[in-house]
Amino acid sequence: MTKQVQQLERVIIRFAGDSGDGMQLTGDRFTAGTAEFGNDLSTLPNFPAEIRAPAGTLPGVSSFQLHFADHDILTPGDAPNVLVAMNPAALKANLSDLPRGADIIANTDEFTKRNLQKVGYAVSPLEDDSLAAWRIHSVPLTSLTVKALEGFALSKKDAERSKNMFALGLLSWLYHRPTEATIQFLETKFAKKPDIAKANIAAFQAGWNYGETTESFSVSYEVKPAKLAPGVYRNISGNQALAYGLIAASVQSKLPLFLGSYPITPASDILHELSKHKRFGIRTFQAEDEIAGVGAALGASFGGALGITTTSGPGVALKAETVGLAVTTELPLIVVDVQRAGPSTGMPTKTEQTDLLMAMYGRNGESPLPIIAPSTPSDCFDAAVEAARIAVKYRTPVMLLSDGYLANGSEPWKVPDAADLPDISTEFASGPNAEDGVTFLPFKRDSETLARPWAIPGTAGLEHRIGGIEKAEGTGNISYDPDNHDRMVRIRQAKIDGIAHDIPALEVDDPDGDARVLVLGWGSTYGPIAAAVRRIRKAGGKVAQAHLRHVNPLPANTGEVLRAYDKVLLPEINLGQLALLLRARFLVDIISYNRVRGLPFKAEELAGVIQDVIDSE
Amino acid sequence: MSSGTELSVPGTGGGLSLVPKSEVKLGMKDFKTDQEVRWCPGCGDYAILAAVQSFVPELGLKRENMVFVSGIGCSSRFPYYMDTYGFHSIHGRAPAIATGLAASRPDLSVWVITGDGDSLSIGGNHLIHALRRNVNLNILLFNNRIYGLTKGQYSPTSEVGKITKSTPMGSLDKPFNPISLAIGAEASFVARTIDSDRKHLQSVLREAAEHRGTSLVEIYQNCNIFNDNAFEQLKDPERRDDITLRLEHGRPIASASKAVRRAADGGIEVVPRSSVSEDEILVHDAHRVDPSLAFALSRLDEPAFEHVPIGVFRSVERPSYDELMAEQLQEAVDERGPGDLNDLLLGGDTWRIG
Repeated sequence: MTKQVQQLERVIIRFAGDSGDGMQLTGDRFTAGTAEFGNDLSTLPNFPAEIRAPAGTLPGVSSFQLHFADHDILTPGDAPNVLVAMNPAALKANLSDLPRGADIIANTDEFTKRNLQKVGYAVSPLEDDSLAAWRIHSVPLTSLTVKALEGFALSKKDAERSKNMFALGLLSWLYHRPTEATIQFLETKFAKKPDIAKANIAAFQAGWNYGETTESFSVSYEVKPAKLAPGVYRNISGNQALAYGLIAASVQSKLPLFLGSYPITPASDILHELSKHKRFGIRTFQAEDEIAGVGAALGASFGGALGITTTSGPGVALKAETVGLAVTTELPLIVVDVQRAGPSTGMPTKTEQTDLLMAMYGRNGESPLPIIAPSTPSDCFDAAVEAARIAVKYRTPVMLLSDGYLANGSEPWKVPDAADLPDISTEFASGPNAEDGVTFLPFKRDSETLARPWAIPGTAGLEHRIGGIEKAEGTGNISYDPDNHDRMVRIRQAKIDGIAHDIPALEVDDPDGDARVLVLGWGSTYGPIAAAVRRIRKAGGKVAQAHLRHVNPLPANTGEVLRAYDKVLLPEINLGQLALLLRARFLVDIISYNRVRGLPFKAEELAGVIQDVIDSE
Repeated sequence: MSSGTELSVPGTGGGLSLVPKSEVKLGMKDFKTDQEVRWCPGCGDYAILAAVQSFVPELGLKRENMVFVSGIGCSSRFPYYMDTYGFHSIHGRAPAIATGLAASRPDLSVWVITGDGDSLSIGGNHLIHALRRNVNLNILLFNNRIYGLTKGQYSPTSEVGKITKSTPMGSLDKPFNPISLAIGAEASFVARTIDSDRKHLQSVLREAAEHRGTSLVEIYQNCNIFNDNAFEQLKDPERRDDITLRLEHGRPIASASKAVRRAADGGIEVVPRSSVSEDEILVHDAHRVDPSLAFALSRLDEPAFEHVPIGVFRSVERPSYDELMAEQLQEAVDERGPGDLNDLLLGGDTWRIG
C-alpha cells in the first residue's frame, strides 16, 4: 500500500497520559529524533507535582508538547495539531487546548467503563459524536503492544508498560522520524536488562509497522529540516544549559565551583547535573536545608571558590538573610532561582515570574544585588556565565532568575566553542593596599568598579575579619558611625548601579523603525512575545520588541527606549512586578498584560493583546 | 575498642596534618587584634579569649591558615579579636558557612565560635548536621545558659523554671544537654570544659584541634550580668573537687569523694568513692566506638549539677567530610581524566548544520 506523504511547515504534538505511562520519556525520545533530523524545535513538559497521582484521574495526567518546524521557531506552540491520549483522563484534560480539525490518537484499550467513570464520562467520547470536530484515530495501543510482545517472556503487565514505545513508533512513522537513535537509546538504557530492551525495541518497531500498514492512517507527514546557522547543535533543556553555564563559569573564572543546594522542584536537576561533573573539581554539597545550602556556598566563596546555590522561590525566601550577608560582606555568590508558581508551596511544577520583587527587595536593609534573567532554555548557559562574571568582578551576590518553563523546556542549541567564551577570571588580593604600604584595607575599593579586594584565607599578611555588622569604609572594622553607615549604604548601591555601564544596551527590534508600540519583556516570555510580534508583522502590523536580560541594574538606555514609544506593553507572568519598577523609575505609563496560570503565554493570545494596543492608538 | 584499659595515643595531629606550619614561632600577641574587646567587665568570654590566644601559637600553624567563624551573640564577637581570618556571620549559621569553607579548603584550621542560643536554638539544625558529617571543624560552644546579647531571656540550656524577662513565671521547656545532643548527632569528638580552668580548657582545645573531623567543645561560661554564678558549684574551691568528675582516657572516673561505676541495671551510677574498691570504678574510654557509655556519662549532671563530668567524653576516628569529598573528586579524575569543557558541551547527541 502506497501512502500519501504530505509536506508540512510545522507540527505541534502533545503526548498525554497517566503519570506512570512514560509520557516524558516518550516526548524526550521524539524530541531527540526530531533534533537529529534537523528540525528546529521547542518543548514544553507539563507534569503533576505528585510522583504518582491516582491512576486514570485528571490530576494524574502528564503531558509533553513538542513543536517542530522547517524554520526557526520560538515557542512550544499554542495548540497541538496532534494529541496522543493514552487514557480518557488525558483526553479530557487536554481537549480544550485542541483546535478543531486536529488529530486525536486515542488508546481505546484504556477507555474502559471504570476509566471513563473516573473522569466523568457517562459514555465513551470515542463512541458518541462529541468528538466530531476532530479527527479520531482509535488505536488499541495496549493490546497491540501486548500482542507484539507475545514471543517475549514478559508478564502481561510488563508488556503493557511498553505501550509508550509503541506510540512513539507510530508517531515516528507518521512524521518520518529517524529510528536508529531511539533503538540505540533503549539498548543503552536497559543495558542491564537486555530482555526489556528487546521488548521495548520490538514495541517501538511494531508501532512503526502499524502506521505503515493500518488504514487508520492514510497520510504521513514530512517536515523538512530547518535552515539554522551553521554549526554543531544539540538539544538542551534550561536546567542542563544552566548547569553547563555554571561549569563553564568555573573554568573561565579559574575558580573551583562549590554548589550548596537543597533539593527543590524545579531546580533539583541543576544539583543532579553538577554532581556528575566532579572531574571539573566541582564540589556539590546537598545541605540539610536551604539556609545551609547558601551558607556553605558563601563560606566557600570566602575561601576563594565560586560559591553557588540553586533553588526555587520558597528556598530564596529562606536564604534571604544569608544573601544579605553576602551583600554586606561583598563576596561573590550566585543564587539561582528557578521560579515556580507561588505563594508558599504554590504549584511546584508550574511556571511563574513572580519572584522578581523578592529578588529585588526580599531582604532586610538596603540590600541591592544584580538580577539576570535568561530568555530561552539555551540562553540559561550564557546567563549563568554572565552572572558569574558580574559576581566575581563586583564581589556581589547575583540572582539568576530562571523559571519552570525554561528549566524543563528544551530547544536546539548551537554549541559554543570553549575558546570563544569570555575570560572572567579575577585576582585575589596578594599584599597591602593602603597608602602606607603595610596595611591591608579589606574595604578599600577599586575606583572604577567600587569592588573591594577578595583576600582569601591562606594569604599571609592579609588576615582580616568580615561580618554582617556595618563596616567602616576602608578598614572594614565594626562601625556604628551614622555618616559612615549612610556612606556605605550609598556605596553598595552605587556599586550595583554602576554595573549598568558594563552590560549591553537594551536593543530594540523594529524592522521598519516606525512602530509606535513597544512590547517589552523579561525572562522566559521572550519566545511567546517574539512569536506574537512575528504574527503581527506578518499581518502588516507595526510593533517594536525589546527584551530585558539584565533586570537589575537595567541597561543604561532603558528609559530612553521606553520614552521613544507612544505605548509600552509589558506582558508578565505575575501581576505586574517589572511594570511597577519601571513606572516608579521612569514615570512611563506601562501597559501591563498579566496572566498567572502557571503556564507560559501563548503567541496567539499575546498577538491579540498587542493588536488591541495598536488599535487603541 | 570497647574496654577502657588501653591508654590513648593523644594527639596524632591528624586534624592539622593538611594545615601549613608557621616558619616563625608565634606568640599570644601575634593573635591579638587592635580592636577593643567589648564584652561586659567580668564576662567569662575574656578568660576563654585569653586561653585561646595563648594556646593557638603552640599548634605551630600559619596564622593566615586559621579562620574563626561565628554566628550571632556575645561569644560571636570573638573573631574580631583574633588576628587570623575571621567571619562574623548571622544567627545560627556559622556551622553551615564553616562547612562550605572547610569542605573546599582542607588546608585551613577552621574554628566555629558559638553560644547556646546560636547553636542550639536558631542554628540547631546546622550543628547536628555538621557533627554527623564530620567536617573538619572545631566548634567551641560557649554555654552560659542564657541569652546575653538580647539582654536576658532564657536559652535552650536554661534550667526548667528559669525566671527571665520572657518567662516571668518560669520557663517551661526542658533544656538540651549539649553533650548528649552532640553524641546523639553522631559526633566523633565531644568534650566539656570550663572558662575558669585555663589549664583544662587548653588541654581540651589541644585535643580538639588535633582531632580530624568535627570536634565539639562545650565551654561552661559565666554571664555575670544575666546569669551570674550559673556554674558556681564547679568553681567554688570548697565544692568543686567533689562535684567535678574529670574524664581522662584510661583513668578511673572519680572526684575526691565520688566514683562512677556500672549499675546493677546495666547503666552507670555515681556512688561515694569510699563505698567502692578502685577496680570497681569505671575507667574512661574516650575511643570507644559505641557511644552509649559516653552518652550515659553525659547524663550524670542531671538533674541538679550534683556531679558534672568534664573533659573528653568521646574521641573516635572517622573519615572527615572534606577528605571524602576530595577523594571523590580525585577518583573522578583518575577514572576519566580532568574535565574538558568542549567535551562536556559536545557530549550527548549532536548534529552538524552547514
